[in-house]
Amino acid sequence: MKRRTQSQTDRMMWICLCAMLLCGGAARASAQGVEEITRHVEPRMVKIFGAGGLRNLHHYSTGFFVTAEGHIATVWSHVLDADEVTVVLSNGRSHTARVLGAEPQLDLAVLKVQGEDLQFPHFDLKTSATAMPGARVLAYSNMFKVAAGDEPMSILHGVIAAKTRLSARRGAYEVPYNGPVYIVDAITNNPGSGGGLLMTWDGRPLAMIGKELRNTESNTWINYAIPLPELSEVIEQIVTGNYVSKEKAADPADLPNRYSPLDFGLVMVPDVVYRTPAFVDRVLPGSTAEIAEVREGDLVLFVNDRLIHSCKTLAQEIGALEAGDELTIVLRRENQLVTVRFDVPRKP
Amino acid sequence: MRTAWFMSIAWGVVGAASWPATGGADDADVLAAQQRRVEVVQRVSPSVVAIFAPGGQGGGSGVLISPDGYALSNFHVTSGTGNFMKCGLNDGKLYDAVIVGIDPTGDVAVLKLLGRDDFPHATIGDSDLLKAGDWVYAMGNPFLLAVDFQPTVTYGIVSGVHRYQYPAGTILEYTDCIQTDSSINPGNSGGPLFNDAGELVGINGRGSFEKRGRVNSGAGYAISINQIMHFLDHLKSGRIVDHATLGAAVTSELDGSVTIQQILEESEAYRRGLRQGDEIVSFAGRPIGSVNQYKNILGIYPKGWKLPIEYRRGQEKATVYVRLRGLHNPGEIIPGQRRDDDPKKPDERRPGPRRPPPPPPPEQYKDLFVEKEGYANYYFNQVEQQRVLKGLDAWGDYSTKNGVWKLAGRDQRERPFAVTITPTTVSLAYIDQNYEVSVDATDFQPTPEGSGGLLTALLHFKLFLTQRGFLFSDFHYLGSEPLDGRGEKADVLLSELSAVQSRWYFGRTSPEFVGFDSQLSKDQDECEVRFLAVGEFDGRRFPSRWQIRSGNSEYAVWTIESVTLAEGPSPQRKTEPETAPVAAPDSKSSESEAK
Repeated sequence: MKRRTQSQTDRMMWICLCAMLLCGGAARASAQGVEEITRHVEPRMVKIFGAGGLRNLHHYSTGFFVTAEGHIATVWSHVLDADEVTVVLSNGRSHTARVLGAEPQLDLAVLKVQGEDLQFPHFDLKTSATAMPGARVLAYSNMFKVAAGDEPMSILHGVIAAKTRLSARRGAYEVPYNGPVYIVDAITNNPGSGGGLLMTWDGRPLAMIGKELRNTESNTWINYAIPLPELSEVIEQIVTGNYVSKEKAADPADLPNRYSPLDFGLVMVPDVVYRTPAFVDRVLPGSTAEIAEVREGDLVLFVNDRLIHSCKTLAQEIGALEAGDELTIVLRRENQLVTVRFDVPRKP
Repeated sequence: MRTAWFMSIAWGVVGAASWPATGGADDADVLAAQQRRVEVVQRVSPSVVAIFAPGGQGGGSGVLISPDGYALSNFHVTSGTGNFMKCGLNDGKLYDAVIVGIDPTGDVAVLKLLGRDDFPHATIGDSDLLKAGDWVYAMGNPFLLAVDFQPTVTYGIVSGVHRYQYPAGTILEYTDCIQTDSSINPGNSGGPLFNDAGELVGINGRGSFEKRGRVNSGAGYAISINQIMHFLDHLKSGRIVDHATLGAAVTSELDGSVTIQQILEESEAYRRGLRQGDEIVSFAGRPIGSVNQYKNILGIYPKGWKLPIEYRRGQEKATVYVRLRGLHNPGEIIPGQRRDDDPKKPDERRPGPRRPPPPPPPEQYKDLFVEKEGYANYYFNQVEQQRVLKGLDAWGDYSTKNGVWKLAGRDQRERPFAVTITPTTVSLAYIDQNYEVSVDATDFQPTPEGSGGLLTALLHFKLFLTQRGFLFSDFHYLGSEPLDGRGEKADVLLSELSAVQSRWYFGRTSPEFVGFDSQLSKDQDECEVRFLAVGEFDGRRFPSRWQIRSGNSEYAVWTIESVTLAEGPSPQRKTEPETAPVAAPDSKSSESEAK
């Protein structure tokens, strides 16, 4: 028999205790309670429709009002990669909204509904709750775009299984967010549920549901949500216009950034997801790339024998080039591999 | 060992800990809630069916709804098991079962378990009372795990009600369905969704599956039991039943209202006065605020039901009753070409494994299946026809009364009428006019005008009373519908001869013949006859007060004062041109055939 370590058993006991303690309160949570919470939540949430719609890239997500003037917090995703997105309120009314600010490190974006003198019911993030493992939660989102128009959000019920950091398994999850998350035992993270809300059974907002996230090592999916206290400060800064993105500050300045794909005439597709495939969107006429016969729609697979799995790694590889290097790019073009070679020109 | 010790310590601490003042009560609440769940599961489990293809290859779930063995499942479950299947109950026994009726559009199938008349069965609930957040039990045989047929229970909440799920594949569509986070997995298909009280509120059949594979991903869907109850008698008729359309396309306006974008001029909705641009205020008594809501309501009613539609044009509001058209042409819903999952919509695949063709039926039950085009199992239509026709027995024996019929009486304004029905003609003397229609007439103008074709209706009434279904080219039990869209449910027998279609209505509480509609041709207003009273004539029961209507208006109310029914030889059943073998209808060909 395998012996457990002391810390493992301690943790188990602690979780057991928490579960016991919280079960007591849970028994009182009746369907009546859910109805009441839903009445509070529904008018404060929106269905977001934006960019996407191709293959596995859904074009819809969820958000929630954080101010009466129409600021909406949601998850930062490719859905927002449009000039304007449509938000649909619980009464079925549509508004257009723009991204006011985003913090990719937090996977957070704040939208603002266009138009003056509008008033919206909203969540006061100061009332946000915190929870321990074992706490029962309700998850509200427009997962799978089940709801249209004035139809209410989907509701799931679950239990906080853990409060942890995704980075505890660094490399396994491709997310920029490094802070604490709640892990839920319900399947809350589905297409479109990002930006949804976890609510406690006493009706307080708890956390923003994250994206769909797969463990690349175990091929399992995880259901996580970011505690609102982690987000509320940045949300407020974006709303008040006092926010300076940490992304630029945190940019790995020590990485050489001598060249960009554009220097060779390569316009790549917009880098919208964490791992956007490095497709060539356009080739500038008369450029080095055009002379080397790179074509629109080509997928960059290797740069100088280094595997390119996203627009980001492409930018890194190209950034590290030096004048006079020989550049070899392997492209996939309609199921064929094409190799192009050229010398890296001196920068003007 | 060490783990067990820790667990017991944990429980011990909980037991002994000094709870806050309410702690003890909470503890009792938890135990009471648990006890209630256990009781519900024990109470409903005997009605849950594990369905297997006869070869044991694949299957799904179902639920019994009557002591004589009628059970509900999904069409996509029974379409893979063949016409006979094996059904396991939680008594550990395996029963034979036979297909009864199918609804390929709504993904519902009715089957009948055989060998008992005291099957345990579920209590039907009201799915319209469900709300998001209500607790529900999904039961069935996910992954076909249970070799002892004990159902698997998954417990969750209602995630949404009145959901509309777009068609997957070609015609399968979930309208007005229940969304739940109770785990619905392959094999759960066709199984019951019970509410907190253990009443049957839905049939689980679908989930949103995407990247995570074909397993529960937090969104399962159940067909509402209220929809299924609308269809149940239709399904028990053994037919392949169809859903409905209004004959109008609707669109939502910016202000959230729903208006008619296009309307078929030959539709009944058009004849009742609906026009392009009219706003639909309510449909079947439910307010309409989105196109999805309209589709939801349309999707839960069978073809041919009459429903009220309230519409607004300008400042005027009006309510009309419209008989719904069929959603499909008959050929479109005949299964056989099993609709595979549409590769374009990988996220809406139905749970349910694939199966090879089934072995032959069990010898003792093979008579319980009769194949006929348009039917899942014609045997059950014969059974239902006989059941409903018993309602005519109380009227006496009309089988020899094939001669001339003479009816006379007065209308609501004391004006006399006289009807003569011979084997070849119907004539009427009424309000200073004489009308006559010949049996072989091909000109189907309603006679008299405004009656919807009363004379032809009378002719068919005589055929029905004397020879029941025998003389019609098609005659079957249709199912049930609310009489005139607002009355109690009535059983409907449907007859066809040439282009004339008649619906014969029988009460359900007492199996009484209450009236009929005859339609001269498709897309014309029917002649509607309702019997307001039945009297005694010539030793037989015969309707003595007739309300005659067509379209929106009443044509007349007749009181019958005298009835003469002459004897006559049994007429020969005519072969219908469309079903007759190809042969020239002259004497030469019959001579040559005689050789």
